[in-house]
Order: sequence, then structure tokens, then C-alpha cells
Amino acid sequence: MRHSPRLPLYVTLATFLLALIACVAQFPAMLSWRVAANLLTDNAFLGIVAVGMTFVILSGGIDLSVGSVIAFTSVFLAVLIRDAGIHPLAAFALALGVSTLFGAAMGAIIHHLEMPPFIVTLAGMFLMRGMAYVLSTDSVPVTHEFYGWLQSLYWRAPDGGRFRLIGFLMILTFLLAMLALHRTRFGQNVYALGGSAQTAQLMGVPLARTTIGIYAVSGGLAGFAGIVYSLYTSAGYSLATVGVELDAIAAVVIGGTLLSGGAGFVLGTFFGVLIMGLIQTYIVFDGQLSSWWTKIVIGGLLFAFILLQKVLGWATTARIRPATASAARS
Amino acid sequence: MIKATLRRIAPQLAILALALALNFIVFPDFFSIRMQNGRLYGNLVDVLNRGAPTALLAIGMTLVIATRGIDLSVGAVMAIAGAVAALAVTSGHHWTAALGAGLLAGAVCGLWNGFLVAVLGIQPIVATLVLMVAGRGVAQLLTEGAILTFNDPGLSGLGSGAILALPTPVWIWVGVALAAGLLVRRTALGMLIEAVGVNERSARLAGVDSRALLIAVYLVAGLCAALAGVIVAGDIKGADANNAGLWMELDAILAVVIGGNSLLGGRFSIAASLLGALIIQSVNSAILLSGMPVEFNLVIKALLIIAILVIQSPKVKRAVYLLRASTGQPARETRPPAPRRPAEEGRT
Amino acid sequence: MEQMAEPVLQATGVSKYFPGAIALDEVDLRLYPGEVHALLGENGAGKSTLIKCLTGAYARDGGAILLEGVEIDPRDPLDSQRLGIGTVYQEVNLLPNLTVAENLFLGRQPTRFGFVDHRRMKRDSARILAEYGLEIDPGRLLSSFSIAVQQIVAIARAVEMSGKVLILDEPTASLDREEVELMFSVVRRLTARGLAVVFITHFLDQVFALCDRATILRNGRVVGSRLLREAGQTEIVTLMLGRQLEAATRTPHEAEPGEVLLSFAGFGRRGAIEPFDMTIRSGEVVGLAGLLGSGRSETCAAIFGAAPADRGEARLRGLPVRLGDPREAVGHGLAFCPEDRKIDGIVGDLSVRENIVLALQARQGWAKPISRARAQEIAEGYVKALDIRLAHLDMPIRLLSGGNQQKALLARWLATEPALLILDEPTRGIDVGAHAEILNLIERLRARGMALLVASSEMEELVACAGRVIVLRDRRQVEELTGADISPDAIVRAIAGEEEAA
Repeated sequence: MRHSPRLPLYVTLATFLLALIACVAQFPAMLSWRVAANLLTDNAFLGIVAVGMTFVILSGGIDLSVGSVIAFTSVFLAVLIRDAGIHPLAAFALALGVSTLFGAAMGAIIHHLEMPPFIVTLAGMFLMRGMAYVLSTDSVPVTHEFYGWLQSLYWRAPDGGRFRLIGFLMILTFLLAMLALHRTRFGQNVYALGGSAQTAQLMGVPLARTTIGIYAVSGGLAGFAGIVYSLYTSAGYSLATVGVELDAIAAVVIGGTLLSGGAGFVLGTFFGVLIMGLIQTYIVFDGQLSSWWTKIVIGGLLFAFILLQKVLGWATTARIRPATASAARS
Repeated sequence: MIKATLRRIAPQLAILALALALNFIVFPDFFSIRMQNGRLYGNLVDVLNRGAPTALLAIGMTLVIATRGIDLSVGAVMAIAGAVAALAVTSGHHWTAALGAGLLAGAVCGLWNGFLVAVLGIQPIVATLVLMVAGRGVAQLLTEGAILTFNDPGLSGLGSGAILALPTPVWIWVGVALAAGLLVRRTALGMLIEAVGVNERSARLAGVDSRALLIAVYLVAGLCAALAGVIVAGDIKGADANNAGLWMELDAILAVVIGGNSLLGGRFSIAASLLGALIIQSVNSAILLSGMPVEFNLVIKALLIIAILVIQSPKVKRAVYLLRASTGQPARETRPPAPRRPAEEGRT
Repeated sequence: MEQMAEPVLQATGVSKYFPGAIALDEVDLRLYPGEVHALLGENGAGKSTLIKCLTGAYARDGGAILLEGVEIDPRDPLDSQRLGIGTVYQEVNLLPNLTVAENLFLGRQPTRFGFVDHRRMKRDSARILAEYGLEIDPGRLLSSFSIAVQQIVAIARAVEMSGKVLILDEPTASLDREEVELMFSVVRRLTARGLAVVFITHFLDQVFALCDRATILRNGRVVGSRLLREAGQTEIVTLMLGRQLEAATRTPHEAEPGEVLLSFAGFGRRGAIEPFDMTIRSGEVVGLAGLLGSGRSETCAAIFGAAPADRGEARLRGLPVRLGDPREAVGHGLAFCPEDRKIDGIVGDLSVRENIVLALQARQGWAKPISRARAQEIAEGYVKALDIRLAHLDMPIRLLSGGNQQKALLARWLATEPALLILDEPTRGIDVGAHAEILNLIERLRARGMALLVASSEMEELVACAGRVIVLRDRRQVEELTGADISPDAIVRAIAGEEEAA
């Protein structure tokens, strides 16, 4: 059977629906505006950073630095606003600029020095976490009226659930990313790179520009997630968001994107994030279960999706090529 | 042979000497060692002692990386093994049984990773990610999220005791290193592992059982991680599933890389990786002793990795080679590594 | 048609040197609009080097390329594509994870308000593909179509982007008969539009079915250019294989071979080699002849378990035996020097000594290491016996020359004292001196009672060393020549598929 490229996406959707049904069957109260609103608010920064990770993973790379970038940005903002007295908007612009440049620099190293993304972004992860420590090891509160105003923006659902600004920012990010990935040449180049960098180059894809662009997007979105995180917690803390890169990778993979690149959808990532949020919500509702079940279930889902992709891959290769030794060789 | 080994680890020895000298500069008492209650104390002993977990992990990681793989799960495995050992000892078992249980848990984790990589053919970085994510959850499940403390002198002795004046962890990692070194160099394992790392196809066609070798190296990595986990648990007399081994996989990979082992697999030196681990620990110590805020630790570490990676990068190596060729110096064997297989052909 | 005024592409005196080898020696090629021009030659003859020089993948060391009378100097394949030379390779050089339309338009997508206009892209794709006789949904993934369709999409992209010259590098290698027909009809449509096509293939039937003219390369030189309707298969094969009929030195052994070592019945692998029966005796050299892709290498790989057989049975000294992977084969005393030394043979970063003892060590198991002294002794012995030239045994094997690498690989297998030694193209890429030494070695090993299976594209080699030659065509054993019947002539006839009467 020839599988559609959307099959993993459908599996993600089905997983989400099943999880939702299972949750609601046990706790009917979970089907409410309030829960939906919290799901969006609590996972806003994770969703945004997962969008960047989707770009990176689609291109066949990985970015381990995003969790540190979020923490750095949150501290950076807090320190700028508190100590330098800069208006939050200007601080936002600065933070976005720094994180985007940082991502671009990593992309440039990966491309021009031909080093594995895993290691380069690992160094980036240490560097950004370290920079956050250097700025401040304590949690720095942000008290600015502009923050208060931004935090007061929400849409109130009938049952009192509050859809806050940051949830909308996440959804907006997803929409823009869909547009960028599926409707621009850059987006197509990202997929091309993930299919095969060599072939993509032969077909005229500018490798350097695309690679640098991808990591710049990831860095920039991590910075944006940092802004959202700062709005979410009203503070900057250098020890925050440790391990968020793993959550983001998990969300992307559970969203049906192939971890080795070339296939997947931003929409899948959205549901990947929601599935992870749902698991957490379930655990909160249950009250008995402990939070570590989240990790175990996510690990299990991760394995299931990796296996699914592997099986689909086998099915494809077995069908397309009658694996002759000589064909594999040239 | 000893001469060749010395030549291989010379750069790491030099960096280590430099790091130790740095310690001496910021803290002139660094090298002083004193005897107290039949036990040696001093900063140098601390470096050896605190470096134990990283050193142990680096041993397994060296072998895994030699096969062109990577094991991201060792930190989580440490947490699991520590939890299992603590659980065993708190439920009344002898500490040797607890140690055995911890090692068994590590072995199971290693076999799982090996199975995913060697049998299912999943890329190592992807395969070990699963356990990296889920493993810590499993550990937390075992300890029920709390720090599972114990009061068994045997088990805590593994982490904080001393034998013949030296801290037990030092004996353990040196012992394991010697055992691993003998195992790979006195048998043919080392050569076969290198052959698989350099060119798995050729090795397989020469009759090498690459699948069994791959499983074996992940097994060793799991065992080393388990031992490190038990030591860490013993040290604090408790299993802390949240923090035990957190980010240790990165230190281990870094130690291997500082040891000059290529991430593309092939030739490896456990001794050099161990020196790498000691270098990391010395740098940590220097930062601590200098009174510089600990905050700089990570930044310095990051800059160190970046510098080492840039030196190791194929492109820089090639540039150096061309520079040397153009200035007429004999290039000898430092030829740039020939491009391997055309595309990065994953293990499929 | 051949008398058309101006060649669209003209290459004159193209040369390319590699360290220690001349890959192309003043090669000329003329390509006329509307013709299908076959480029023929065995592996290593210089076909792909020539193509790479034409498309700019290699910088040539001499000669000129004229496109429509204007001298061009493409920097890379992209550049040559822009100039008008499009190339399609055997391994489809498109992205299987994108849709057909995206593949056709990657890098030049139609946009609307700055966004990719998917609808127009699909519409245009459907229109373009219709011209090639393909009625498919261009919105589906490329990987969901057969290789033949993918190849046609690749052709369509190349023609759309370039439009003057189309180079097809073994496009039919993995297609079945009907798919080849489909591909041919596409090519004919294109030539009817005035496009010039270079066609590279190992299948002579296809050459005669499709092409107008052929240029034959051997050892980096053009050995002939023929109008195909005036030439016969035998003539072409003779040119390709280069029969210098200097009474090919046939000296071998009239000694009787020993007992049957290995026998195969219905042994084969789907998509690689049709089921065959074969016996190999101790003390005999069995040759495998045939053009590239005829199943020579596939037979070797199946016997050694490198690409294991999926049907039939093998018997070793009369007892059924499983040859499922190389380990099993090595355990049963088989040894295999593969064709592609770099990828399948040497372990480049390891020392020559380690490479030599690798197979022996693998068979002994890791727990019984070969001591360094013993390894040194073994390696030194073979270095002397096979005259391997090296600075010292500790040097990485990748630094040796091709011939010395091959000898080191032979040493690796001889150290295991195999009952059967399989050699796939043992003299490929090796200088003349080493060539003779290896043939000598084969004879010495045979005389010592070893069985050898030698696959080669060089007939002289087979004639010189084999006591029996099996000829393959289209992945099938078509003829077996023994004793005095073995001659370059007979092999060529069998390969070309002519009746004995000819």
C-alpha cells in the first residue's frame, strides 16, 4: 500500500482525539473552555519553540540550545527592564535580535565548518545557559505596567476560561509558520534540505542561506518563546526551562515529523504540543498520579512514532527498490 | 606501544597540565595534600574524586562513539540505577545485592539501546533519545519523586568511603578504566570496534559481527552509567531521581571529544577520554577556587567546546593541511581525512 | 539525419587526469540535434568522467566544449543546466519527499503575492507531464510513483530547465521491460522536438533499439564512433571490451580439478540474479563474464551472503549449507574481494597490518586476539609474498595505491586460508605490473588446490586464468565455456547473444 505523506499526521490527530476522549470519559469536566484556555496558555512558549524545532528537524538537523535561549531571553528581558530601564517593547526587539543572530551564527558554523548540528547546538546550549547565569542567578521579577497591560489582555469564554494573549501569539506563530513552510520558496527549501542536502544542492537550493536561515528562525522563535515565557511568569530565571528542547523535540516527533528530516507538518507539531499538554492536564485532574508519568508516557509515544516512521520507511524502500547490491553502490 | 599511547594523549596531558597550573595560580595551596584520619584530603584528590562519574561515563561513551554512535541516555540511566540500588538497600537487601541490581538495571537499559540501534537500525541519536526522555520518569517512578535516602554504610561507602587513603570512587573509576582498557586492547575487541566505526560495510564483509559489537558497546555504556549512578547515590546517601546524572551525558560526550576522539567513529583512546574528564573537572575546580562566580563555569565550558570543535572540524583540518603543504613542510600522515561515504548514509 | 549541419554539442580533446591515472585522453564527442547518441564502455572506460567534465562536475584538464558553436566552460552542474545541458542519473536525482510538482518547480516556483502558487504549479506540472505521456496527479509525493515515472519526471525537469542537450546516465538500470518502453517513447518524443540526447547504458539491446549513433570509450580514449544501423552487436562489444587479438595468452593448467567444493541449485536473488545452477571444484578457476549489470557481481554477492540469495540451495562438499551473511560464509571457508575496494573492502583509517588480519581475527572471535607479533609476522609474510609496497605496516591502508590496497585485501583473505576465493574485478584500477602479478597469484593458488571464482569484464584476464567461463547476460547464465572453447571471440559472441554459428 502506498502511504500518504499525511499518514503520520493522521495518526497524531487520532492519538489526540483518543487521548481527549479517554480524558473526558474519565473526567467530564475536562471538556470545558477553561481547560482549553489553560492548555493554550500553559503551553504557549513550548508551542512557539516547537515551531522553530519543526523547521530544524524538517531540514534534517536538531537544535539543543532552545531551552537555554528561552531562559537567557527571560533573564535578559528582566535585567534590561529592571536595571537599564528600557521599555519592554525595545527590550523585546533587542532580545529577538540577539536570539536570531545567535541562531544564525550556529547555522553558519554548522554549514561552513561542516560540523554536526547536535554538537554545535550543544555548545550553544551551554553558552546561552551560562550567559543567563552570568546575567543573574536569582529569579528577577519584572514589574512594568506594560507587562501588566499585556497580561490583562484576554478573551473571556462563557464559563470564565481566559484565553490570554500568549495563547493567541502561539496560534499566530503556528499560522505564520504554516504559511512560511508550505507557501514560500524558503519553506520548500527546508523540505528539500531534509530530503537530501546533496540532491537539493544539485537542484539549485542555496544550502548556506537556507541552513543559516533555518537556525536563525529556530533561534528567533526561541527568543520569542522567551518573551512569552517572561510574560507568562513575570520573571526571568536562569534555571528555568531546563530540558524544554527535549519537550520540543518530543512534540515535533509526536506531531508526526520524521526525526531524520524531510517529512512532516507544522500542524502536527501543534497537536503534538496539545497531546503533551493533555497528558499533564490529565495528571492534574487525577490528583493521584505523579508528574513523572508524563515523561514515561511521552517517552513511550516518542518510541511509538519513531517505530511508526521506521516501519513506513521500510515499507517504502522495500517497494520502490528491489535492493540490488549494485544499485546501492553507485 | 607505550610510546605511541603517550604520543596520542600528549595534547590532552598538556591541556590537563595547563588546567592544573591554572588551579595553582588561582589557589596556591592546590597541590597540598594532607593525611587526616587515614585518608588523603586536598584539592587534587577532590578533582580525582569528583571526576569519577564523568570518567566512568566517558569510558562507555568512548566505545559507543568509536562505532559512530552516541548515547544520550546515560544521565537517565544513572538516575535509574541509583534509584534501583537505593530501593534494594532500603528494602533490606545487602549492599552488594543493591549494587548488582543497579548494574542489572543499567545492563537492561544498554541492551534496549543496543537493540534499537543494531537490530531495528534506528539512528543512535534518535534511539537513545527515547530512554533519555522516559528514563528519568522511570527513575522518578521508582523513588516516587522524592529523594530516596538510605543509611547503609556499604552502599554509601561506594560514593563517599575511602580505601587505602584514597576515596573509593577513585579506585572504582581507575579500576573500571584499567579493566576496560585491558578488555579492548588485550583482546581483539578494540580493533573490531574501530573497524566497525571506520567502515561498517567493509567490516561486515570481512566477517565481523558488527551487530553483536554494537549491542555490546551500548551494554558497556549502560553498565558504566549504572556504576556512576550508584556512586552518586552513595555519595549523597540517597537517590535523587530529579537531579542525579542531569546533563551528565553532555559532560561525557565533551570528555570524549576533548580526548580527541572523532565523533565520526574509528580510532579511539579511553585514556585520552579520561584525561578529558579530568580536564573538565580541573576547569570546574579552577573556576570554583578562583572565587569567580560559578556562573561562568558554563560559559567557559561552552567556549572550550567551541574552540576544540573548531580545531577538530574537517574544514579547518583541511585548511591547516593546505597551509602546511604550501609552506613546504612535510605533511606526513596528517592528510585530511578522505571524504567518507558520499552522503551521510545513516544506519538503515 | 546524421548529416545535419551543425553539432549542437561538440567536445574536442577533452582530457582529465587523476593522480597516477589518465581518466580521459583527448576525447572528442559530437552531438547532433535530434539524435540519440549512445556512450558505451566498460566500467572505468571514462564515460562518467566525460559526463562530469561536460556538466562541470569536474574541472577538465584540457580540451574545449562548444555548445551551439559557442565555447562554454560550466563551473558546476547547475551552471551547465542553465546553459542548456540537463542530466538525469540512474539514482533518481530528485527529492522523494516532495510532490511531483514541487520537484518539477523547485527553485523556480511560480509565485503570487510572494507566495508559492501551488494551484498553478500543479496545473503547469500536469500540462508538462502530459507532453511526456504521463497522466498522473502532480500533487502526490514523488516517492509514491515507480522509478520509471520518477525518471520521466527527472527528464521533464531537466528538459524544462535546459532544453538543448539531455544526458541520460543509465536511466534504465532499474526498470523493467515495459517501463523501458515508456522511457524510450519519451526520449523519441524529445528527439522529434530536436533535442540531442546522450544515452549511457550497459544494455546493448537498448542501445540498438533506441540510439542512432554510438561513441565507444575504452581506458579513457575514444576507440570508435559508429552509426548503429551499420554496425553489429559483435563489433560494438569487441570495441568495448578491447580485444587486442594478440593470441590471448592462454596457458592455464590442464590439470584435472579436484572434487566438487560447492554446488548450487536454483540459487538466486530477486531483482539481482536469476536462479542458477553451478558447481565449483577445488583446484579450478571459474570465470564469470558479462557486461556490467549482467549479474556478475550479484552472483558473487549472493554466494558470499553479502546480498544473500532468497531462493535455491547451496551445498558445501555435498552437505546443505546456509550462506545467509558474510560471517557464515567466512566460517565455511569462503572469501570475497569485492569490486569496490574503498566502500566494501578496506577499512581506511586502520593500519595495513590490522586490515590484513581483520578477517582472520573476525573468524577467531574477539576473545582470541592475534598477538601483535603474530599479526606482524602474518602481515610481513604477505607483504613479501605479494610484494606489497608500503612505508611501514602501521600506515593507514587508505594511503596505499589501488594495486597495493588490492594486494592487502587479498592478503586479508589468504590469511584465512579459504577453500573458495571469490574475486570481483580483481584487477580494476590497477597498474599493469600488479595486474600480471595478481593473475600469477591466481594460478599459484589454484595449483595449491584452492577454488577460485573470478568475475571480470576483461576477457583476456578470464581467458588467461579460468578453466571454465560462465557467461551472463541480463542477470542470467547463458553459456558455459570450457577448456579450449574459451577465447575472447567466444566470450564476445556469447555476451552479444549471437548463435554459435556466427
